[in-house]
Amino acid sequence: MTAVRRTLASAGFTLGLPLLLLLGWAVATRSTTTIYFPTPARVGEAFVATWLDPEILGRDVLPSLGRFAIGVALSIVIGIAAGTVIGSTPWLRALLEPMLEFFRAIPPVVLVPVLMLVLGLGDTMRLAVIVSGSVWPVLLNTVEGVRARDPVLVDTSRSYRVRGALALRYFVLPAASPQIMAGIRLCLSIGLILMVISEMFAASSGLGYQIVFFQRQYMIAEMWSGIVLLGLVGVVVAAVFHVVERRVLHWYHGSREVSRG
Amino acid sequence: MADRTPLLSVTELSKTYLSATGPVEAIRSISFDVYPGELVCIVGPSGCGKTTLLKCVSGLLPPTSGTVTLDGAEVTRPPATMAVVFQEYGQSLYPWLTVRDNVALPLRARGVPRAERAAVVERALEEVGLSHVLRTYPWQLSGGMQQRVAIARAVAYQPEVLVMDEPFAAVDAQTRADLEDLVRRVWKDLGVTVLFVTHDIDESVYLGERVVVLSASPTVVQEDLAVDLPAERDQLGTRALPRFTELRTHVYGQIQRAKRGEQVGAA
Repeated sequence: MTAVRRTLASAGFTLGLPLLLLLGWAVATRSTTTIYFPTPARVGEAFVATWLDPEILGRDVLPSLGRFAIGVALSIVIGIAAGTVIGSTPWLRALLEPMLEFFRAIPPVVLVPVLMLVLGLGDTMRLAVIVSGSVWPVLLNTVEGVRARDPVLVDTSRSYRVRGALALRYFVLPAASPQIMAGIRLCLSIGLILMVISEMFAASSGLGYQIVFFQRQYMIAEMWSGIVLLGLVGVVVAAVFHVVERRVLHWYHGSREVSRG
Repeated sequence: MADRTPLLSVTELSKTYLSATGPVEAIRSISFDVYPGELVCIVGPSGCGKTTLLKCVSGLLPPTSGTVTLDGAEVTRPPATMAVVFQEYGQSLYPWLTVRDNVALPLRARGVPRAERAAVVERALEEVGLSHVLRTYPWQLSGGMQQRVAIARAVAYQPEVLVMDEPFAAVDAQTRADLEDLVRRVWKDLGVTVLFVTHDIDESVYLGERVVVLSASPTVVQEDLAVDLPAERDQLGTRALPRFTELRTHVYGQIQRAKRGEQVGAA
């Protein structure tokens, strides 16, 4: 009985505010005449007609999501690999840190024309745009996580001669994993933004392209439905991340609960 | 004792740290020998550089001058035949590994095959009375149990020398008594040489076959004292012996003199 009530309560908390917002939207647009703010029903129709159309799904949505996935995966791999090397080499860190801060501060959007020149107009350029922005939180967090290892655990690993690949797998990376995961969380949201941006320049397909296209064609309901789709992608990505993070960091959350409790 | 060759020799070891405010002399000159199969306690006033000494002995910190030799070879990095139990049990266990994996990791690093590893780990955990928590994470255990895991890890490593740095400083008195008896038992069962650092005078006399008393910083050896208590020790009987009281009073006096900066040493 209480389990059912708890499930209902949790569903209520998850869906309550979105439903309320939807209701507010419906009420506000009930008697509107402006074409810029269509009713939710109109946007819902456009959503089904546009994004569930197999042609658009195959030509725009899936390739976009594919580029997002590959771009984010590249950022994570590059960020962790480079971050581990930099974080465990003090002189390299001292050498690179100011430069890393410099490059990180550059908004990736301003690099798009440059990347277009160098890498052309294809997928490589779009991946480069995603990586150029989303690699930084992973990289810098990995550097910090690897650097700030517990000195007692460093001594333990040294005195028991846990070195090389074994130390990397069982000491260095797990020790840095709370910070790495925080970096990945940022990487995902930046990656999604840059996926859209990379498709707003010199593109003929993709989610970002379609949204801009609808906007220019005054297909306002379709445009809004694209924005809704982006939001939904964000929610799904966050949910997947949450599950993965709980698994990877179960020891971290567990030990923190114990020390608090 | 003099006719045997020492297993571990510390010779005129000194350590000076370079800090922002100038050099800090932590250890002036320490020399002592540990013979195979001995259990030697090092005791000294707080802040006398005990941890510095142990870091030099275990090859984690290079001394400013002097040498540490183990088995005739100079220690310049952590030796393969030495295991260390640190004071901070909470930080010296890998929190992302289970108890079993914590004990097994050094064996993996040494290349012990999987099947043998499992058997050694199980035996070590049995030795410390923890065979029921193989799959538990260290942070789910009490402080005393965590330190048992650290001891099991050292035991599984099958070292010639077991070095312990104030391992029981942070556990409650009852747990501490149990762990002291555990150290005596492990020492006897395995025939391992133990170097045990503590700030607790009673603990040093109760545990040790010999007690090396350090002076206050800058540190030298104040006294090297043989403990002539019976080999079988127990918390009630041994601590009630008149000889135990004499020894602890003697060491206590030495520490007090050390704190005041008097050098009694050879006298």
